[in-house]
Amino acid sequence: MSPELKNIALKDAPSSTDEFIKGLWRENPVFVQVIGMCPVLAVSNSAENALAMGLATAFVLVMSNVLISSLRNFIPKQVRIATYILIIATFVTMVDYAIQAISVDLHKSLGAFISLIVVNCMILSRAEAFASKNTVSKSAIDGLGMGFGFVFALFCLGSVREILGNGSIFGFPIFPESYQEWIIMILPAGGFFTLAFWLLIFNHYKLKKAKS
Amino acid sequence: MSESKTRSPGTQTNDGSKKMLIAMVGIGVVCALLIVFTYEGTFGRIEMLKAEALEQAVFKVLPGITKTGIFELTSEGKFIPSDGKDRTKTLVYAGYDDQNTLKGIAIEAKGQGYADILKVLYGYDPASQSIVGFYVLESKETPGLGDKIEKDENFLSNFNGLSVALSEDFKTVINKVIPVKFGTKENSWEVEGITGATISTRAIGNIMGESTATMIPLIYQQQESFAFAPNAPTK
Amino acid sequence: MFSKTLHISTSPHIRKGVSTDTIMQNVVWAMMPVLIFAVFSFGINALLVIVTAVVSSVLTEHVLCKWSNKESTISDWSAVITGILLGLTLPPIFPLWMTFLGGVFSVAIGKFVFGGLGYNLFNPALVGRAFLQAAFPVAITTWQSAFLEGRFFSISSSVLAFPFAEPKVDSISGATPLSAFKFDHVMTDSSDLALGLISGSTGETSAVIIILGGIYLIARKMMNWRIPVSILSTVFVLSGILYLIDDTIYPSPLFMLFSGGLMLGAVFMATDMVGSPITPLGVVIYGFFIGLLVVVIRVWGGLPEGVMYAILLGNALTPQIDNFIRPRVYGTKKTKS
Repeated sequence: MSPELKNIALKDAPSSTDEFIKGLWRENPVFVQVIGMCPVLAVSNSAENALAMGLATAFVLVMSNVLISSLRNFIPKQVRIATYILIIATFVTMVDYAIQAISVDLHKSLGAFISLIVVNCMILSRAEAFASKNTVSKSAIDGLGMGFGFVFALFCLGSVREILGNGSIFGFPIFPESYQEWIIMILPAGGFFTLAFWLLIFNHYKLKKAKS
Repeated sequence: MSESKTRSPGTQTNDGSKKMLIAMVGIGVVCALLIVFTYEGTFGRIEMLKAEALEQAVFKVLPGITKTGIFELTSEGKFIPSDGKDRTKTLVYAGYDDQNTLKGIAIEAKGQGYADILKVLYGYDPASQSIVGFYVLESKETPGLGDKIEKDENFLSNFNGLSVALSEDFKTVINKVIPVKFGTKENSWEVEGITGATISTRAIGNIMGESTATMIPLIYQQQESFAFAPNAPTK
Repeated sequence: MFSKTLHISTSPHIRKGVSTDTIMQNVVWAMMPVLIFAVFSFGINALLVIVTAVVSSVLTEHVLCKWSNKESTISDWSAVITGILLGLTLPPIFPLWMTFLGGVFSVAIGKFVFGGLGYNLFNPALVGRAFLQAAFPVAITTWQSAFLEGRFFSISSSVLAFPFAEPKVDSISGATPLSAFKFDHVMTDSSDLALGLISGSTGETSAVIIILGGIYLIARKMMNWRIPVSILSTVFVLSGILYLIDDTIYPSPLFMLFSGGLMLGAVFMATDMVGSPITPLGVVIYGFFIGLLVVVIRVWGGLPEGVMYAILLGNALTPQIDNFIRPRVYGTKKTKS
């Protein structure tokens, strides 16, 4: 980047809280950008799974953002994507081992989706669109914002699906014994319905705000 | 990981590819190191947790035991003590009480369920010639339906005293374990299903039938090979 | 091709005096005998289930129209048909709150999100039923025996289950012929099947009455006869072949025709004008595909009944069929079939 361009970028640069809020709300990866849908639909069948998956993804996102932005002048342009994937895969493997070491059961229920974080387009898109062009601290904040936006979205889906589909939240029953579970909500189809429901609410809210 | 990356751009020797090479190799090495460190750091705990989970399952299917020992089935049909590391072998787990007497044997069995392969562990008590416990190790059955095989009390009570009595020559199970519909269980060798989980419970009944028909006669004939061996890898 | 001064409008240019409303009303009349027989064989439980399904469908249509600031479209009878069809596919002792949810889902997700009548990809009633099947698999496979004593006066406790509560099933449940065959290899007599002296969903039991309703609609040219004929003949031929191969494993073709929801589905659901192809050849392909799926799901699938999924998948294939099989435009050469 030439010095002049850098100056312009700095002048218009948003504050770090802005950068954080951007990922959490305004450009939420799930509700606004609608990217990285594979884990969103697949492992959001309970609040616990959703939270674990969200945190694992957020960790990988933050770490890869930091590493990629600190190496951004060192990585040759031609091989940048391969390098990003290499870096992302490393952190995913680390998370995979860490989750196994925390709880075998949790690892079992998240299953293959941990390894699939490698190809989560949200992480690669942040690496390519943000971390490769911004400073380490800004990339870290961007990663945190996007990561927590992802956790928030997954949790929204996971809690609704667990409450309706299993009558519980984090495994604690919240309805009387006679509650009839909506099995479909913990099946993959329920993921699509819940996502559609949240997108509806989000877009309705956005339209209303735009009108007023 | 780093090795495979070095090959691709290495043919041209201009500055650009040299830089690429250095960048990729350098990052590759750093990444490989990170993975190795994490692996080393977590390996012990992961192995421990896995062994613990299996051991807990053995304790669940064999009530009243305090120690376990692992045995593997050799190709000649003999049981020898094992360290349980080789997962390709057929493994069984013997359970002992405080006096080191054999209380029962836990056997792994698997077969096709509704969604995927079902893997179960069941406890066999040679003294009463019956199954005394049952636990689902792996199942991807439909939540709320097929997964009742893990929780439904009436279904699990099938495996408390499920008869696998052997014929006079101890070579075959007299009445093969078979699945029956809910509400129609009449004999102690029948596995009563769950309404709404017919396919999964049938699968379990059939898995149990197949496994007990081959394993129970083998185990019963060789009870003495399961005697408590203090130097065998126990826990 | 044409001179620009010519007035161009899309076909049809000559209109018949039949409107959507008239056709829909006639479909309702054709379904009346089925409804009456359902209430006759399953009593007040079936009546409650069907009425709830109709009320919730119509109500949902009305409310959604109001929300989107449109004129209410309940007067075109399509929501009534959706409600009746949904009610007819449910077990007689299905809890009312689930039925209500099914009606809401049918109209909202099955029809309204696609843009309302004429734009829906799938048969709305079947979308609602598929949702209920996946959400409450136990309740939807709990059946009442037909012709019980006192069926006109006693309401099952399962029907009146409190909203969101699990239904308590009393001991009057009976297995359907298809599940009896699938899980226990028990065959039901074909004459019982044809006359409807069996347990099953409210409206699927009497094949004869459903066929009569179909003949009425065909005679009035309000239904494409090719659809039921191609579905039923495909099922008959395929299951006949299987039966000839091994009559100990495979059910007889007559059993296949008259059991489960095949008749109801073939006559009243697969013939939905929106979800089925336009051309005669396309319709035959559509019918063959549904018939094939019905046989495959029933014989080799994990579920005892597959008519619902077969029709939904047939609906999904319809745009493709219409795309590939285009009628030749008058006066032009046939380009590709």
